[in-house]
Amino acid sequence: MSTFIAITISGLALGAVYFLIASGLSLIYGLMDVLNFAHGVFLTLGAYAGWAVAAHLPRLGFAGVVVAAAAAGAAVAAATEVLLIRPLYGRPISQILVTIGLDLALVGLLEGGFGSDSLSIAVPAWLASVTAIGGERIPNGDFLALGAGLAVLGALAWFLRRTRYGMIIRAGAENRDMVRALGIDVGRAFTVVFAVGGAAAGLAGLLNSVVFSGALVNPTQGDQLLIFAFIVVVIGGLGSIIGSAIAAVLVGLIQVYVTFYAGTGAGLAQLGNVSVVLVLAVVLLVRPRGLLGRAA
Amino acid sequence: MTTPQDAMTGVLGRLTQLTQRTQSGRAAARPRTRTAAAAAVVAVFALIPLASLVVPWVLPGPVDVLNSAGTLDVLGLCFVFAGVALGYDVLFGFTGMLSFGQVLYFAIGAYGLDITLSVWNWPLLPAIVVTLAAGLVMALLLGAISLRGTGIAFAMVTLAFAQVGYYLIEDNPHNLTGGDTGLVMSAARLPAQLVGVASTRNLYWLALAFLTVVYAVVWLVTGSSTGRVWLAIRESERRAEVLGFRPLPFKLASFTLSSLITTAGGMVYLLLVGTASPDAVASTTVTISILVMVVLGGAGTRWGAVAGAMVYVYLQQYLLKIAAEPSFGALPAVVRVPLSQPSFLLGAIFILFILFAPGGIAGLASRVAARVTVTRSRRPPADPEGELVE
Repeated sequence: MSTFIAITISGLALGAVYFLIASGLSLIYGLMDVLNFAHGVFLTLGAYAGWAVAAHLPRLGFAGVVVAAAAAGAAVAAATEVLLIRPLYGRPISQILVTIGLDLALVGLLEGGFGSDSLSIAVPAWLASVTAIGGERIPNGDFLALGAGLAVLGALAWFLRRTRYGMIIRAGAENRDMVRALGIDVGRAFTVVFAVGGAAAGLAGLLNSVVFSGALVNPTQGDQLLIFAFIVVVIGGLGSIIGSAIAAVLVGLIQVYVTFYAGTGAGLAQLGNVSVVLVLAVVLLVRPRGLLGRAA
Repeated sequence: MTTPQDAMTGVLGRLTQLTQRTQSGRAAARPRTRTAAAAAVVAVFALIPLASLVVPWVLPGPVDVLNSAGTLDVLGLCFVFAGVALGYDVLFGFTGMLSFGQVLYFAIGAYGLDITLSVWNWPLLPAIVVTLAAGLVMALLLGAISLRGTGIAFAMVTLAFAQVGYYLIEDNPHNLTGGDTGLVMSAARLPAQLVGVASTRNLYWLALAFLTVVYAVVWLVTGSSTGRVWLAIRESERRAEVLGFRPLPFKLASFTLSSLITTAGGMVYLLLVGTASPDAVASTTVTISILVMVVLGGAGTRWGAVAGAMVYVYLQQYLLKIAAEPSFGALPAVVRVPLSQPSFLLGAIFILFILFAPGGIAGLASRVAARVTVTRSRRPPADPEGELVE
């Protein structure tokens, strides 16, 4: 029973990381119809920025590492929107393709600059240790990921409901032309959405490294995660933040439960990943627009 | 909405008018010139293994001789991916469907042939037939499921199925796939021509033959009435439906042909390279490369897809050779590091094409041609903007 609690918390933590990635993807798609393949490299860049601060500016502490990861993600994402997405308005497929090219180019650049081997992020002692709950030792990293997921969910909900940009973004997702007709600059909201999504992605990349990958970063880790984030976004319904949150928890739990209880026998080691894909197939067949997606 | 045969032929006239503007006018007007030109290009490439010319600078192999093994290997790989890119172009360029799971059929081809030959020790012919049949069955089955979604949903489901394939291969069930390290092909059941010293040029010709056959098939099919319906679906699925065509069978046909070509490409790849590994034949990065090749060349054009793939694979190998040159190491790091990464350069070139030349290489070429011969009206290839995202 106590093992069950431990792996449940681990699944929720994984779900929290998925949510951080999926929320940005979903926001961007909901407002702009852009499926952002470069989100994977935003994750990776966040992790590398965290690594750089931990290695070269250790006096900033772990808070500095976290801020650097989020800031790097936000800056690269905002630059992407202004330089690459903006010139291609009205050409959704080209927008998807250009993000694919960016991912290719930046991953290549990271491999050239840092090598394709993993680098190790220096983490504080409290993060590497465990907390005992009901006799079961839970890694503190799980709580960090969970806390970050909840904090971002809360912040996003506040941002979308209470701020002017949030309202423009929600209105733009409903009907972009109407918002424009009311004299509001939707273009700036596009940049804001990319920056917010990029910040969440940078944070997620760092958390994935320190919580789930033994504090290692490598140039392709973001692209591996991105596929699961896509699955989360599609299951949750493209454009729905709450849908993404539900689907992220669902996918995280399924992956962890199946992987744990199926064991690692021959042909079973990847069963957790496979079952997530099967859930996606079933959801799409039964409900093509996802759990909470808007009608097509 | 049912479509009786007579209604279909009646509507075809209007549909032909509808899609004529997207067809290359020249292809219909002067098919004989086109055939002759294509045959000449194939003949020139077929003669390369016999030509021991010294060509400085541009060859990707370690030796500057045109028919050296290093150069023939790279060109063979170019042909394989050109055929595979043509297959993807059928789906993406000619029918307007964005799939992210193309690599699954490449993996079925490579691993199917590898397992039947090397693990089960079958003779070559049954191994090929069974592998193709496996590709066909999977394409029909998974196509029928994933075509329930359109646009992004279709892309995501195809991606998901391809990921399952990747995980299964990584998992190495019953020691069939060799897991992470891959499965080396056993040469025991191969004909003597494909093994040993002389095999390099034979494999080169095999790859060239594969590309030629694929090109001929794609040429025939995209020029047929089915091909015109594909174009109509690409332009507007709803309009095609209003004209009386049920899109689903046509889309499934496009998906299946595309997948089958890719399966065949996977088999030729295995014969050429001699080993199948998950990262080289089953990972999503391969799908992305194929997509980049097609768009770089010009989606919706046949020779564009071929040119895109040739340029992509050639550059990938050639840039690695350049980066290994001793004089290259003397460059300052700011210049050397980006230039030593083929994927950075290819990604950057791809971005520039998307921004400034969305018709790809074929679009650039027809722009130049239009400037040279102002009198002949030629259309640039279609921008691959269908109704994918509404």
